[in-house]
Amino acid sequence: MMMDSKEKILAVREEEIQKLNASDCRILVCSGTGCIATGSHKIYEKFMELVQDTPGIEIEFAPHDSHDEKEEKVSVKKTGCQGVCELGPLVRIQKKDKVIQYTKVQIEDCQEILERSVLEDEVVERLLYKKKGKAYLGPDDIPFIAKQTRIALKNCGKFDAESMGEYLASGGFGAIIKALYEMTPEEVVDAVDKSGIRGRGGGGFPAGRKWKQVARQPEKIRYVVCNGDEGDPGAFMDGSVMEGDPFRLIEGMMLAAYAVSAQNGYIYVRAEYPMSVARLKHAIACMEEAGLLGDHILGTDFSFQLHINRGAGAFVCGEGSALTASIEGNRGMPRVKPPRTVEKGLWEKPTVLNNVETFANIPEIILNGPDWYRGIGTESSPGTKTFSLTGAIENTGLIEVPMGTTLREIIFDIGGGVKEGGTFKAVQIGGPSGGCLTEKHLDVPLDFDSVKKYGAIVGSGGLVVMDEHTCMVEVARFFMSFTQRESCGKCVPCREGTKRMLEILEKIVAGEGEIEDIDRLKELGEMVKSMALCGLGKSAPLPVLSTLREFMDEYVEHIQDKKCRAKVCQSLRRFMINPEFCKGCGKCAKNCPVGAITGVRKEFYHIDTSICIKCNACKDNCAFDAIYIEA
Amino acid sequence: MLDQSYYQMTDEIIGRYGKAPASLIPILQDIQEEYRYLPGELLTYVAGEIGVKEAKAYSVATFYENFSFEQKGKYVIKVCDGTACHVRKSAPVLEALLKELGLSKKKHTTDDMLFTVETVSCLGACGLAPTLMVNEEVHPTMTPEKAIELIQELRGESR
Ligand SMILES: Cc1cc2nc3c(=O)[nH]c(=O)nc-3n(C[C@H](O)[C@H](O)[C@H](O)COP(=O)(O)O)c2cc1C
Ligand code: SF4
Ligand code: FES
Repeated sequence: MMMDSKEKILAVREEEIQKLNASDCRILVCSGTGCIATGSHKIYEKFMELVQDTPGIEIEFAPHDSHDEKEEKVSVKKTGCQGVCELGPLVRIQKKDKVIQYTKVQIEDCQEILERSVLEDEVVERLLYKKKGKAYLGPDDIPFIAKQTRIALKNCGKFDAESMGEYLASGGFGAIIKALYEMTPEEVVDAVDKSGIRGRGGGGFPAGRKWKQVARQPEKIRYVVCNGDEGDPGAFMDGSVMEGDPFRLIEGMMLAAYAVSAQNGYIYVRAEYPMSVARLKHAIACMEEAGLLGDHILGTDFSFQLHINRGAGAFVCGEGSALTASIEGNRGMPRVKPPRTVEKGLWEKPTVLNNVETFANIPEIILNGPDWYRGIGTESSPGTKTFSLTGAIENTGLIEVPMGTTLREIIFDIGGGVKEGGTFKAVQIGGPSGGCLTEKHLDVPLDFDSVKKYGAIVGSGGLVVMDEHTCMVEVARFFMSFTQRESCGKCVPCREGTKRMLEILEKIVAGEGEIEDIDRLKELGEMVKSMALCGLGKSAPLPVLSTLREFMDEYVEHIQDKKCRAKVCQSLRRFMINPEFCKGCGKCAKNCPVGAITGVRKEFYHIDTSICIKCNACKDNCAFDAIYIEA
Repeated sequence: MLDQSYYQMTDEIIGRYGKAPASLIPILQDIQEEYRYLPGELLTYVAGEIGVKEAKAYSVATFYENFSFEQKGKYVIKVCDGTACHVRKSAPVLEALLKELGLSKKKHTTDDMLFTVETVSCLGACGLAPTLMVNEEVHPTMTPEKAIELIQELRGESR
């Protein structure tokens, strides 16, 4: 339906709210990338099939239907990420008076859920979220979810990610209606500026200031670009917003376009996010059909077209000037600044370039006002931040917390602590451009400025927890190999410096390091950091420098004692036979491809570590668990 | 030589985005999606049609990792080696796959053109690390054993 006036959109919203309220029960199946991987599509289909075949259930109902007491009105919806990805497929049963969160739902469970929780008022105990013997009923009872404050992820897990109607019913488009009918563009810029929101893509630059600069340019053709490249490997916040609540992101971009008088917008989506592309395309198509994108939106003078570009697998394209070059059809290489993107961005025109999460926060800021927003988070970093919590942690998943929350709260209260009772060693924050924080940083408030003091960055929000089974030297090598591979090669310090640093790190993990290598790494690191052209090179040495600072002893152990305490570095592992367990069967000697194992049958065997190639063949095949690895 | 159908397909794809230099990347992406690689002849053809120099088209195509001039297998397996997957031991999964398929870090595609194995830096399902993707489907919480089972399943499917 065409919504070409305020009255029309408000009428449609009213109808959608009634439709939402008319249902007795909503079966909300998570269809984030994580849950789909565990098979949630099949769960969705199963519920659809069951609901259609069960007498007494009505699934297609108009909002004004008189309510027949015998008929149960049930809807089945696909939502964005419900958060606890590791326990998927996730299903929520939402009734008028309660919500039940089910985890690890299998096809066989659907019938029972329908009979007991949808049609009756019972709970399928075994599918609830459990921790230390305690079962939790609703999502808001689960500490992982209860301790969050959700703005960007407000609708994720609650509403149908593919339904414009549900977005409207949830209060969506309220901000753009308010802006178009009650606010001048300047007032919108002002509200964003006053809110103090800083860019969520890593840099933390105040969004309002950026918008002001674009609005001031003499050139009248302007663009709004959304950075959905999410390059940090091991982070999925932006993907979750794009696939879980695409309309919110688009509304944020519309507000930016209105504020700076831009006519066209682009969303640049990471290549590996096919679902984000599909959901965004769907959302754009719905909005175009309803007249919410295109010419004279809601009957006003505001016109805005939105386009999608897919990335093609280059991390450096997350950098602003590389990203716009890529949209233009060029190699995605950063350029020297100034001129900055706000003056000469896409096609040399003034451009507002913001991150997905930044845009997703804007509608709530416009709706509730800057003071409300400033009430959340810290003085210098207002608002919330999403993080993806991964690695050696009990509850992996997607979270959103006020800025200034401490690592301790995130890792232990929300994340449930280190996986399988391991010991916390470090957390990598900010991915390959960030650094590691350790035990002694657990009470540092996470906001843009505090974290910087410790040589790390909040970055886009990747948090990878590491325990005693992670080798910090190997982690440094891992990030360096990533940035070295992704360096675009335009400037020498980054191209050559990262290569040299990687060589040294490879040498150290192979047990061939020299003690001088530590100083070489530091010198090279400082050089690349200060001389590289763009943020990729400037930040590439950070993981190395920060592990050197926090875990120097591990570097020294690798170099001098040829020892990897986490038993990760293959070349430093020594395979040994425990004579107590060895039965002298001789199987290991037969399996060893290089003849490193000798011994006497029925007595015991011995591995010559100078011949051993550490292939694991003996250990994999020993029936008595007699082979162990000495670090 | 490519047969005529390739050019017809390419014309259709060009039609989706229009004959403009900025359409280069989306067009190449769709061609790659269609054929699982980028035939060199088509790159030349596209360059001519949308008005960019052939050399420029090549320089763009070689810049982006996702474009491949070599034909890929029926199943393109992308093993995630993002941070979350790496610390949850993705390397043994990759090794197991390479070994099972007789591939190496240099040889990516099996001779029967059934499998291509590559690495990727994050599939967005980090909560379920380690992951891999077969064509567009993400498989969660992999182990070397599960990876080999998956290969056997896919081999069965294609028979
Ligand atoms: C190498 C490199 C990669 C980047 N990758 C991303 C990214 O994936 N997503 C993102 O939003 N910003 C990324 N940035 C930051 C952008 O350049 C830019 O600052 C940001 O998108 C601006 O939006 P914001 O102010 O809303 O954060 C990257 C920067 C560099 C130097
Ligand atoms: S710092 Fe690295 S990625 Fe950035 S422009 Fe230089 S070579 Fe390219
Ligand atoms: S790191 Fe593997 S899915 Fe993100």
